[in-house]
Amino acid sequence: MDYAIDIRDMTVAYREKPVLWDVDLQVPPGVLLAIVGPNGAGKTTLIKASLGLVKAAAGSVLIHGRPYAEQRSTVAYVPQRGSVDWDFPTNVLDVVTMGLYGQLGWFKRPGKAERVAALKSLAQVGMEEFAARQISQLSGGQQQRVFLARALVQDARVYFMDEPFQGVDATTERAIVDLLQGLRKQGKTVAVVHHDLQTVPEYFDHVMLLNVRRIASGPVEEEFTEENLRTTYGGRVAFVSALSAAKK
Amino acid sequence: MEWITDLFTDYTLRTVALGSALLGITAGSLGGFALLRRQSLLGDAISHAALPGIAIAFLLTGSKAPLVLIIGAAVAGWSGAALITTVTTRTRIKYDSALGVMLSVFFGFGLVLLTFIQRQPNSNQAGLDSFLFGQAAALVERDVLVIFAIGAAVLLLMTLFWKEFKILSFDSDFLGTLGFPVRRLDHLLTTLFVIAIVIGLQTVGVVLMSAMIIAPGAAARQWTDRLGRMIVLSGFIGAVAGVGGAVASSMIPSLPTGPTIVLIVSCIVFFSLLFAPNRGLVFRRIREWKAGKMLRVDAVLVDLYTLASQHSSAEHPHSERVLDVMSTISGPARRTLVLLKDLELARQIDSTHWSLTPSGVSRAESVIERQFGVAS
Amino acid sequence: MSASFEIQLIAVVVAVTCAIPGVFLVLQRMSMMSDAISHAILPGIVVAFLLTGDLGSPWMILGAAMAGVLTVALVELLRKTGLLKEDAAIGIVFPALFSVGVVLIAQYAGDVHLDIDAVLLGELAFAPFDRMTINGVDFGPRALFVMSAIFCVDVAFIVLFFKELKLTSFDKALAGALGFAPAFLHYVLMGLVSITAVGAFDAVGSILVVALMVAPPATAYLLTDSLKPMIFISVGIGALSAISGYWMAHFLDASIAGSMATMTGVIFLTAVVFAPHRGLWSVRKRRSSQQIVFGRKMLVIHLYNHEGLPEANQECRVDHLEDHLRWDHLFATRAIKSSLQLSLIKQHGALLSLTETGREVARKSLVEL
Repeated sequence: MDYAIDIRDMTVAYREKPVLWDVDLQVPPGVLLAIVGPNGAGKTTLIKASLGLVKAAAGSVLIHGRPYAEQRSTVAYVPQRGSVDWDFPTNVLDVVTMGLYGQLGWFKRPGKAERVAALKSLAQVGMEEFAARQISQLSGGQQQRVFLARALVQDARVYFMDEPFQGVDATTERAIVDLLQGLRKQGKTVAVVHHDLQTVPEYFDHVMLLNVRRIASGPVEEEFTEENLRTTYGGRVAFVSALSAAKK
Repeated sequence: MEWITDLFTDYTLRTVALGSALLGITAGSLGGFALLRRQSLLGDAISHAALPGIAIAFLLTGSKAPLVLIIGAAVAGWSGAALITTVTTRTRIKYDSALGVMLSVFFGFGLVLLTFIQRQPNSNQAGLDSFLFGQAAALVERDVLVIFAIGAAVLLLMTLFWKEFKILSFDSDFLGTLGFPVRRLDHLLTTLFVIAIVIGLQTVGVVLMSAMIIAPGAAARQWTDRLGRMIVLSGFIGAVAGVGGAVASSMIPSLPTGPTIVLIVSCIVFFSLLFAPNRGLVFRRIREWKAGKMLRVDAVLVDLYTLASQHSSAEHPHSERVLDVMSTISGPARRTLVLLKDLELARQIDSTHWSLTPSGVSRAESVIERQFGVAS
Repeated sequence: MSASFEIQLIAVVVAVTCAIPGVFLVLQRMSMMSDAISHAILPGIVVAFLLTGDLGSPWMILGAAMAGVLTVALVELLRKTGLLKEDAAIGIVFPALFSVGVVLIAQYAGDVHLDIDAVLLGELAFAPFDRMTINGVDFGPRALFVMSAIFCVDVAFIVLFFKELKLTSFDKALAGALGFAPAFLHYVLMGLVSITAVGAFDAVGSILVVALMVAPPATAYLLTDSLKPMIFISVGIGALSAISGYWMAHFLDASIAGSMATMTGVIFLTAVVFAPHRGLWSVRKRRSSQQIVFGRKMLVIHLYNHEGLPEANQECRVDHLEDHLRWDHLFATRAIKSSLQLSLIKQHGALLSLTETGREVARKSLVEL
C-alpha cells in the first residue's frame, strides 16, 4: 500500500539519552492523525526528525512512497507558535508569503502572484483583513491562523503541525478543526501533535500514541483504547479512566 | 556652519566623513539582523576577538596595508565566533560565559602581541594601537577605497540573499523545511557580520565597535515594523553617527573618535525609545492614558445603563452619588460624566442628576455585548 | 620583597578576588554583566576623581560601585520597556557609559596619570611603585592592600549569604517564593562585582577583568557540579593564571595583564578538551563505547518490535538494518557481532532472531524508557 507518511525505525538520541526508540508510523493518504503522548514523549522530535530538522541516529522517512528529500515541496510544516519571536518586524502577509519562498528558489523575490496566493490562503483562515497587520499585534489564535495560512499557501499533500491548538480561544479551535477537516476532504494528509485527549475522537480519525516508542497507531476507534492510553501515560490510571468515562 | 563647506572641500575631513559613513551603513545594516537574531553581544565578542588577528597579520607580513589587517581581523573574529559556537554546543558551558571568555581572552592575547610588537626594535608598528579606540583622523583615501569595496560587496550579498536571511532570522526551522541549506546561510550571514565589524575597527576601535552594531538597529526598530525599512534606516543612523562622530573628533582636539560616535548613536537610541511613533514610550503613555479614559467612560456608561434598566426607560436619570458608589473605577464619577456629556453620550438633568442619550444607550449596549459576548 | 614578587602577589590577589563573584555570575548566566560593569564604572571613577582630585580616595570605589549599580538598573529599565531584548539593552548601556568616561578623561583629565590606556589595559608593572606608607613606614604596595580589603569583603559576603546565593543561583523563582529577596541579593552581588572590578582594573584594566571573572569559574564549571568545590577550583585557577601569566609576560616582554588573560584562556580550552567526564575528549571516547551498547539495544528492540509480525521476514534481515536503520555497514556488522557474542540474537542465513536473553534485554530496555 502506498502510504502518505511512512516512517520506519526512527531513533533519535540527544547526547546519550534516547528520545525516540525505533518508532514506525504508517499513515494512509487522506487521514487526519493526532500524535499524542505525555510531555517529553518525543512528539515534537518525531516531526522535526521526519523533516530533517533534528538529526536521527537511525530511520527513514518516505512521503507518498519516495524519500522526504525528494518530496520536500509536497510537505508543509506548522511549527509551534512559541518557537519564533512575534516582535519580528514584519506583517501578516509577509509571513504567509514565506510559505512560497521554497517554490521561488534562490534570489527571486515574491511578486504579485505570490501576494495574491497569500491573500487567498489568509482568506481561508478568515484573516484577510489582517494582511497588513504587524505580527506583534496579533492574539495567540490569530498567530496560529497566520502559521496555518503559511502552510496552506504551500499547497502541500502532507502537513505536519506542532500543537496548532496550543493556547488558542474556542472560536479559533473550531475554525482550525474545520480547516483540517476541509484539508482531509481534499485528500490531504495531516499529522498533528495534540495535547487534549478529550477531543481526539471528535477531531481526528487516526491516532498515534507515543511515549519514546510507538505504543499504538491506527484508526481512533481501534487504537484509542483505555489499555493503550494506560500504557502511554504510565501510572496515571485514574486520570485515564476519568477520561474514558468522559468519552462515553 | 563652516564645517559643512569643509566637508566638501577639505580633503582630510571629506575622507574621514566618507569612510565613517560607509562603515556606519555596513555595520548598521548587518547589525539590524544581529539584533533580530539576538546576537548583539556576539558583535562585541567578535570585535574584541579581532585584535590578535590584526597583530598576527602585521607580524606575518610586516605590512599595515588596510586589506592585510582586515583579513587578519576577520579570520580572528570568525575563529572567536566559531569557538563560541563549538564550546556552547559541545560542552555544558553557557552562551554568556562563552562570550565573556572568548571576548576577554582573545583581547588579552591581542594585547600581549601588541605590546610584544611595540617592544621590537626597528618596527614601523606605530598606529596599531589606534585599533583600540579608533582614529578617524588617520583614515586616508586608500582605507576609504578598501572600506567602500568591501562594504559594497557585503551589502550586495545581503540584498541578494534578502529573503533567505529574513526567514533565517525569523524562523530558521521553517527555512530548513523549504529546502534551503540553513547552516550554510547561517555561516554566510555570520561571515558578512564579521566583515561589517572588522572594516570599522580602524575608525571606531575594537572596544566600542559593538555599539555601532547594536545601537543603530535598536533605534531603527522603534520607527518601523517592516524589516526592509528597518535595515535601511539602521544603515542611515549608523552613517549619521559615524560621520557626526568622525567629523567632531577630527575637529575638536583630544576627542577620541570611537566614544564620540558611540555617544551620538546612544542619543539617537534614547530619542527613538522615547519619541518613536507607536512604539515610543511617550506615545505609549499617551495611548494608555487615552485607553484608560475610554475605559472609565465605558464603565460609567454601563453603570448608568444598568441603573436605568431597572426602570421603564433606558434614559432614566440618576444621581451622581449612586454612580460614585457603584463605579469600579477610582475617583469621583463627575469627571467622566462631563466627558460623556462632551461626547453627547449623556446629558445633565440638574446639578447632580444625569441620564443617557439615545446614542449613549446604543453605545452602552454594544459595550455590554463586547464584554459579555453576543449571547447577553 | 622584590618588585617581581610583589607584582606576582598582587596579580594573585586580584585574580582570586575576581574569581569569587565570577562564580555566581557564571552560574546565574550573567557573565556578560561583568563586561558591562567593568566598562561602565569608568564614568563613576572619573567623576569621583574630578571631584576629589585624588586617584586613591575611597570615593573612587564608591563612585564605581554606584556606576555599576546604575548600569544594572539602566539595563533592567530598558529591558522592562519591552522595546529591547536584554542583550541589546546591555550592549547599548555600557558602551555609552564607557564613552562618557573616556571623553571626560580626554577632555578634563588627559594630563594626569589617569589615561585611557591604563584604564583599558592596566599596568601591573607599575603597581609596586605606589606604596602604602604610614608615618613614613613602608608597608608595601598600596594595590595589595586595596585588593586584599576587597577580597575580605567578597569572602564575607559569600560566607554570610552562602545559602541564599546558592539557592538564587540554582532556582531564582524558589528563592523568591521562600522570601530571600533575590532582587536585593542581585543588586548586592552587582555592587560587589563593581567594587571588585574597580579594585582590579587599576592593575589589569577593564576588559581583562572580564577574563579573570568569567574564565576561571567557567573552567571550574567543567570540572565540578557543586558550588563549594567550584569556588575553590576557580580561585586556584585564578592564582595559577596569575603566576603563569606573569612569567609568560616576563619572557615575551609583553603586557602582564594580557598574558594573565591569555593563560586563563589556555587553561579554559585545556579543560574544554581534556576535562574528565565533560571534556570533548572524554565525551568522544565514552560515546564510541556507548555507541556499540546503543547499537545492540537498538537491534534487540528492533527485532522485538517486529517479532512474530507478518513483516518480520523482511524487517529482520541483515541487509535491511543497513537500509532502514540507516546504519553504515561497519556499524551494523559491529552491532550484530557484539550481539551474537553476548548471545542476544541468533542468525539463520540472512535472517536474525532474538534469543530468550535478547528478548529479556529488549523488554528491560523498553521499561527503562
